[in-house]
Amino acid sequence: MTDTLTPPAAERAARPGPGARILASPLLWPVVALLLLVVINTLALAFDFAGRGETSFFLNVRIQDGHLYGNIIDIARNSAPVLLVALGMTLIIATRGIDLSVGAIAAIAGAVACTRLVGAADEGAVTAAIMACTWALAVCVLLGLWNGFLVAVLGIQPILATLVLMVAGRGLAMLVTDGQITTVHNDTFSDLATGFVLGLPVASLIAVGMVVVAAVLTRRTALGMLIEAVGINPEASRLAGVRARTIIWTVYVFGAFCAGLAGLIIAANTNSVNANSLGLWIELDAILAVVIGGTALTGGRFSLAGTLVGALFITTLARTIPNVGIPSEANYLFKAVVVVAVCLLQSPRARAALRVRRRPVPKGAHS
Amino acid sequence: MTTTHEERPVTTTTQNAGGVPAAQTPEPVIEMRDISITFGNVRALDGVSLRLLPGEVHALMGENGAGKSTLIKALTGVYTIDSGTIVVGGEEHQFSTPAAAQAAGISTVYQEVNLVPNLTVAENMLLGREPRFLGGINVRAMNRRAAATLERLGLDIDPRSMLGDHPIAIQQLVAIARAVDVEARVVILDEPTSSLDADEVEKLFEVMRRLRADGVAIVFVSHFLDQIYEIADRMTILRNGRLVEERMVADTTQLQLVQLMIGRELEALERLDRAATHQVTTTEPVLKAVGLSRKGSLEATDLCLYDGEVVGVAGLLGSGRTELARLLFGADTADNGTLEIRSARRRLRSPRHAIDRKVAFSSEDRKAEGVIADLTVADNMLLALQASRGWLRPIPQATRNRLVADYIEALDIRPADPNALMRNLSGGNQQKVLLARWLITEPELLILDEPTRGIDIGAKAQIQAKVAELAGKGMSVVFISAELEEVLRLSDRLVVMRDRRKIDERRNHDVTVSDVLEIIAGQGDAAGSRTEEETSRD
Repeated sequence: MTDTLTPPAAERAARPGPGARILASPLLWPVVALLLLVVINTLALAFDFAGRGETSFFLNVRIQDGHLYGNIIDIARNSAPVLLVALGMTLIIATRGIDLSVGAIAAIAGAVACTRLVGAADEGAVTAAIMACTWALAVCVLLGLWNGFLVAVLGIQPILATLVLMVAGRGLAMLVTDGQITTVHNDTFSDLATGFVLGLPVASLIAVGMVVVAAVLTRRTALGMLIEAVGINPEASRLAGVRARTIIWTVYVFGAFCAGLAGLIIAANTNSVNANSLGLWIELDAILAVVIGGTALTGGRFSLAGTLVGALFITTLARTIPNVGIPSEANYLFKAVVVVAVCLLQSPRARAALRVRRRPVPKGAHS
Repeated sequence: MTTTHEERPVTTTTQNAGGVPAAQTPEPVIEMRDISITFGNVRALDGVSLRLLPGEVHALMGENGAGKSTLIKALTGVYTIDSGTIVVGGEEHQFSTPAAAQAAGISTVYQEVNLVPNLTVAENMLLGREPRFLGGINVRAMNRRAAATLERLGLDIDPRSMLGDHPIAIQQLVAIARAVDVEARVVILDEPTSSLDADEVEKLFEVMRRLRADGVAIVFVSHFLDQIYEIADRMTILRNGRLVEERMVADTTQLQLVQLMIGRELEALERLDRAATHQVTTTEPVLKAVGLSRKGSLEATDLCLYDGEVVGVAGLLGSGRTELARLLFGADTADNGTLEIRSARRRLRSPRHAIDRKVAFSSEDRKAEGVIADLTVADNMLLALQASRGWLRPIPQATRNRLVADYIEALDIRPADPNALMRNLSGGNQQKVLLARWLITEPELLILDEPTRGIDIGAKAQIQAKVAELAGKGMSVVFISAELEEVLRLSDRLVVMRDRRKIDERRNHDVTVSDVLEIIAGQGDAAGSRTEEETSRD
């Protein structure tokens, strides 16, 4: 039995150093891409201001009106909705699922909150805002239960099951708001999007808070491992006694809850809800953020940190386009480029091609 | 890995690819020299060489994890090699895709047939290179060409019939015919016989002999030693990713071969002889099934399982042995019949119910129903225990580490790295991890469906020994295997299945393989066995 002692030691010696580990990290490329955008922005802004004889630095953060102020604070704030939706989507995708209905759910959340506020006895009261948000989130949990029921219990393919609510959900939101754009006046509610606590934007705090909650739930408990097991091999997981149904159901409810939070923040940002446009296409941005973050659409292993970077990347990209003087309508075009790049980086064939090219050619090895 | 290399008692270190007498060496069709491949930290192949001569059947031998599959995949362009050369017909090649290897005349027939069941035999054989006529496929020419190839191989198969209508064995032969049609110089048969019966194997060998006579080099991988000795001319033996030796089959006894493959004494295999040593002392069965049935998979079956007893289930593929196991575990739900676990009536609606009652089941389909390929060895081992604890109660880190380290050592799992990805382990080691997954849950009834299929002799012996040990400690074990010797060696009691029902049950007193075969063939002493069955149930 002496040989059982030696291998670990030998493997430890062979384990790559910190440099190699960073190079091998799946987060490497998303982070590099994000940094690249920051550099582009910095240069564009510096150049732009220099033309007017001023200086400006993209990464500058200063204190104004008692809270932090600057480009990156803006980006952090604006990325909150997409980050929230992408967070739920990450766990759903990890179980081999997908949720197309999150945009519609966000719209319903906004619609429910705004109509409850308008109908409240005192529209401006703090309690009215809390009640309205609670109602909205409760409705979202119900919608998540519905999605989870279709997928986990009835076994409908996730893309179809959630398509139901994607289509019907906006109709539902329209019904709630009577097809009107509902405008609300409640400072507490609008603080969700524009307020600051301890100098930091509330929206970001909520989003990051949820990321932390999700991270603790998945990595401090066994939930993450079980989600991954179900995503990688559902049948083997079932035979090992994993309650796949409960787990799948849970992630759809969590996803809907996150989407609801995102809907509230978006509605609060304009103090109004338009059931037709709130959170429109946000599911696609969220899926993109997840994929940029390195979680494969085929399910299995997921990365919450990756999703965070992905969401920041998408928001930064949207801001970069006008910064470098391109009309913001071109944003979609650039997103498309990103999608292509991500696909290439994830394709085994493209990776193999890269690897072959990178490997040094052995010289005279056989002569 | 390195340690086993050093502790090797046989002096094989100096041998290399040049070990074959020069007298009988025509120009090799293919020569692989000093091939090395590394996955992550795992050195899958370390300077391995392989020479294939025209007109030979060349057996590639080694335990699971020895590097056979990796070597084949390197040859067929599935894996890119890190170093070494592949010489085909005197020219150096580097296959980066399977298509490139195929273009060089290397065809592979894998264990699982990967053809299209709802196309015809001819279409499958010529898929991707159909004879054309005016922009369309010339069906008649295609059928003619397919028929000619089939005839050349002595196969009586209608090229116009649907592939899916044929049994697996015929499909496999079609796959070989397809390989031959590409004018292959080398045909690789990776475990082609694992799902074939004796007649079918003979048919396959007939085809192989014809190919050999045509000057084709055939690489043959099989776990059945008898088949190797029947068909193969030379062999290359691998162990732990290294070349052990290249030998003539005729000059090697089976014992020598096994020693070369596993590199340690055979005592593991010899030691285990517990058959019929167990005495039934129990009164209360762990599990009692009465009239258990499920439409389309199992007819009403009675079965009693006792503590400390190994019940072997014998029967051919499709006899209902797997179906029985699945019903006992709740993997499928029974239509009729009752199940008592520890004298309490239970209705198993899901595996979970069974696991909660201390029943464990390891499926015959390791890949689809066992392994979580992208998780680590540790996660795979702890999955069942974690699932039964629920996600809110993660296994404490210290317990985790201890359990995983204990079982890696107890079952000799390699690499001994809890963080290795399951997909990088060989079949035998994956099977051990799955066994550990269930042992960690401390079951009272362990159902093992083909736990040793497709794994090497060393791992097989270790798993058998473990089963015997567990039963010795009081666990009730159901052991299902297509290999009768194995079932007979391990079991205290024997259940024989045929046509989806139990046809015999008896104590394993000197039951021989031919006894069992007779029972299966319907010549068994049915009356005698029934009384035996009655007594054992009470």
